[in-house]
Amino acid sequence: MSTASVPLPNWISYGVLPVLNLLVAFFISGLVVWSIGENPFQALKLLIEGALGRGEAIGFTLFYTTSFIFTGLSVAVAFHAGLFNIGSEGQAYVGGLGAALVALALDHYVPWYVTMPFAVIGAALFGAAWAFIPAWLQAKRGSHVVITTIMFNFIAAALMVYLLVNVFIVPGKMAPETRTFLPGGQLPKLDWLMALFGMKLGPAPFNVSFIIALVMCYLVWLLIWRSKLGYEMRTLGISPSAAVYAGIPYSRTVIIAMLISGGLAGMMALNPVMGASARLQVEFVAGAGFVGIAVSLMGRSHPLGIVFAAFLFGILYQGGADLSFEMPNITREMIVVIQGLVILFAGALEYMFRPAVVRIYQTLSGK
Amino acid sequence: MTPHPAIELAGIDKSFGAVHANKNINLTVAKGSIHGIIGENGAGKSTLMSILYGFYQADRGEIRIDGKPITIRDSQTAIASGIGMVHQHFMLVENFTVLENVMLGAEGGQLLAKGVAGARKELKRLEAEYGLDVDPDAIIEELPVGKQQRVEILKALYRGAEILILDEPTGVLTPAEADHLFRILKVLRDQGKTILLITHKLREIMAITDEVSVMRRGEMVATRKTAETTVEELAELMVGRRVLLRVEKGEAQPGKVLLSVKNLTVKDSRGVTMVDDVSFDVREGEILGIAGVAGNGQSELLEAIAGIRKPTSGEILIDGQPVAGLDPARLRELGLAHIPEDRHHMGLVLKFEEYENSVLGYHRDPRYGRGALLDLDAIRKDAEEKIAKYDIRPPNPRLKTANFSGGNQQKIVVAREIERDPKMLIIGQPTRGVDIGAIEFIHRRIVEMRDAQKAVLLVSVELDEIRSLSDRIIVMFAGKVVGEATPDAGEQALGMMMAGAV
Repeated sequence: MSTASVPLPNWISYGVLPVLNLLVAFFISGLVVWSIGENPFQALKLLIEGALGRGEAIGFTLFYTTSFIFTGLSVAVAFHAGLFNIGSEGQAYVGGLGAALVALALDHYVPWYVTMPFAVIGAALFGAAWAFIPAWLQAKRGSHVVITTIMFNFIAAALMVYLLVNVFIVPGKMAPETRTFLPGGQLPKLDWLMALFGMKLGPAPFNVSFIIALVMCYLVWLLIWRSKLGYEMRTLGISPSAAVYAGIPYSRTVIIAMLISGGLAGMMALNPVMGASARLQVEFVAGAGFVGIAVSLMGRSHPLGIVFAAFLFGILYQGGADLSFEMPNITREMIVVIQGLVILFAGALEYMFRPAVVRIYQTLSGK
Repeated sequence: MTPHPAIELAGIDKSFGAVHANKNINLTVAKGSIHGIIGENGAGKSTLMSILYGFYQADRGEIRIDGKPITIRDSQTAIASGIGMVHQHFMLVENFTVLENVMLGAEGGQLLAKGVAGARKELKRLEAEYGLDVDPDAIIEELPVGKQQRVEILKALYRGAEILILDEPTGVLTPAEADHLFRILKVLRDQGKTILLITHKLREIMAITDEVSVMRRGEMVATRKTAETTVEELAELMVGRRVLLRVEKGEAQPGKVLLSVKNLTVKDSRGVTMVDDVSFDVREGEILGIAGVAGNGQSELLEAIAGIRKPTSGEILIDGQPVAGLDPARLRELGLAHIPEDRHHMGLVLKFEEYENSVLGYHRDPRYGRGALLDLDAIRKDAEEKIAKYDIRPPNPRLKTANFSGGNQQKIVVAREIERDPKMLIIGQPTRGVDIGAIEFIHRRIVEMRDAQKAVLLVSVELDEIRSLSDRIIVMFAGKVVGEATPDAGEQALGMMMAGAV
């Protein structure tokens, strides 16, 4: 056999290899930056400072991280059941409707911590509902979930614009958005958490949904590796024929996996809608659903890996925005290129260095 | 001057971590001979061949081809040195033609046309010279397995192979196809090719090889002239102790009918009738064997009984209760255990750790966790007990299932299904790709199940296996039951029925 089947210790598979991939991605990005006449080291310094330099910067980075954890988990859960859910973007968008309806209904009457559980359920329910039709079509009709979820992203975008422009808009206002939620419909910021580390959050929208995201990481881990349902999903994902042999119902498992996936995507909406802008706006998902695919891929569909990958993309998002502000030569598009390189090396080319690492490992360990 | 031997291996040594797969192996294979290498799974045969074919590098030792020492860094070097390999699982592009597969990787230029013409001519020559008749324009997936294997051999010859390594070549073949393969190998040998045959089927070794080397636990324990040895001696050398080649069993004590199939018809997804109006009963305390050449409906019959495939019409009764159309989970609850034909795709999830597979299909049982969560401690303890009882090696429930040998993988499945203490056991190809020590073990377990008054339905394409285990035999041909026989019926009589000639 080739080197692909040689087992490596976990610290190499999950430590050395991803770091190596990341370094190469940054090296190539550095070449790109250098080629347009900027100093790559200076750029890297600005990027890191912009993402992690001050309390406010870290707050923004963690705000993005929170969104990416939700969508990363969403993609990962479906992936374990052998389903490629490209629709987290649309499911998150519709999930925002669930969260907003709860906030609009309750914010006059109760404090935020009463609203929150209902908002979590509302967002998850709406996200799950949006995933249900593609799931049902996959389970019962064999329509490929990749195609249907992509189409549902477009439908979600059209639906939400319609609702915001025609239903939720505040009379007399121009902006297609709901009214601003009262504090009872907002998720408070985590400034006390930052204060613990002696940092000031400032205006950064880092909020309670980060904690919800971490709780979801634990629950997803429990689901995938400790529950009977997760066992069935993994069996189906790896070997559909073995799942049939084991009597694991295909349709039910597919639909449940997609509902959970859609629910997690829907919860992402809590972060921007209730944690940041305190109202439902158009396009609030802003591509987080697609970043979730990269995050899940890079995090090997494991919640812990997803947290790290989400943090990395949070850094790239926040630091990248700062960098393009400080170095006008480096445009938003350049940042997207750098993000693309990270996805390319850490995701698509994840095994590129493996054969070489295997050989070095074998030589060093004397085997 | 005596010619150099085709292959000489001197002091080959290879370790994987703590596993010493090859210990100081010496082997000499004469030019123009068929040399067998036998050994149980895990004895190191595959590792040795992988070293010869460049998949692995030996830690120590020397390889000499035609007397010249060479370093085989990868399979390209091996091919360039005239070594060709026919893998157990074919490496063919299923929707390409024979010609396209043979050319693949040796197209000869950017444009295909010239290469195609050349390849076609060369293919014709090879076919004529070695009696390997295959239509060059046939699509691979439409060819029977025996012919697919011939394409693999043609591929190697097309690349100028002088030495041909065949890894368990008859595992997927019918007896007639195997005989044909042996005729081809003999022609190849007579034309001066050198053939290395890796197998654990002793009969094949006796039938075709000139010399045979035996491996055990990474060591080359003996090399014999085939004419001067016996099956018993080889078996003992392989296993390291005396082996019972026949299954010892007493008289069956059949009781009441447990499993009953009535007028069962099964069509596949294309609407082709695979099982045609089949009826039989299996009583408790007996083994009913279903003989037949592969592809005559046995697989579909098994899958229908196991709930994997929906029957088109007819009845399946367990203890008099109709169960046709129930799903596999429900059938397990009714006491039906199923050892499937294909452990790679059905019986196991190869990427799972061993303990995860030890509950596949039974994972919803309360003993493996109440409520929604799995009780991993209980599952691992249970897996460890099965590992000890069935001598599954290596005894590590945390090891990925794909890293177990074929025999040990099969033991994982057998342990899981038998240790549930089911009322009925249906078994497909229980020992396909399994080494001789494990075969003996699995056969004993099956007979023990019978003696414990279970109903056992056995499907196998190995006629020997059917005859030595079954108490009654029915023969399937083209989806129908064409005859019933007792185990002492002659091989010829059964063979005629299997060929549909009766």
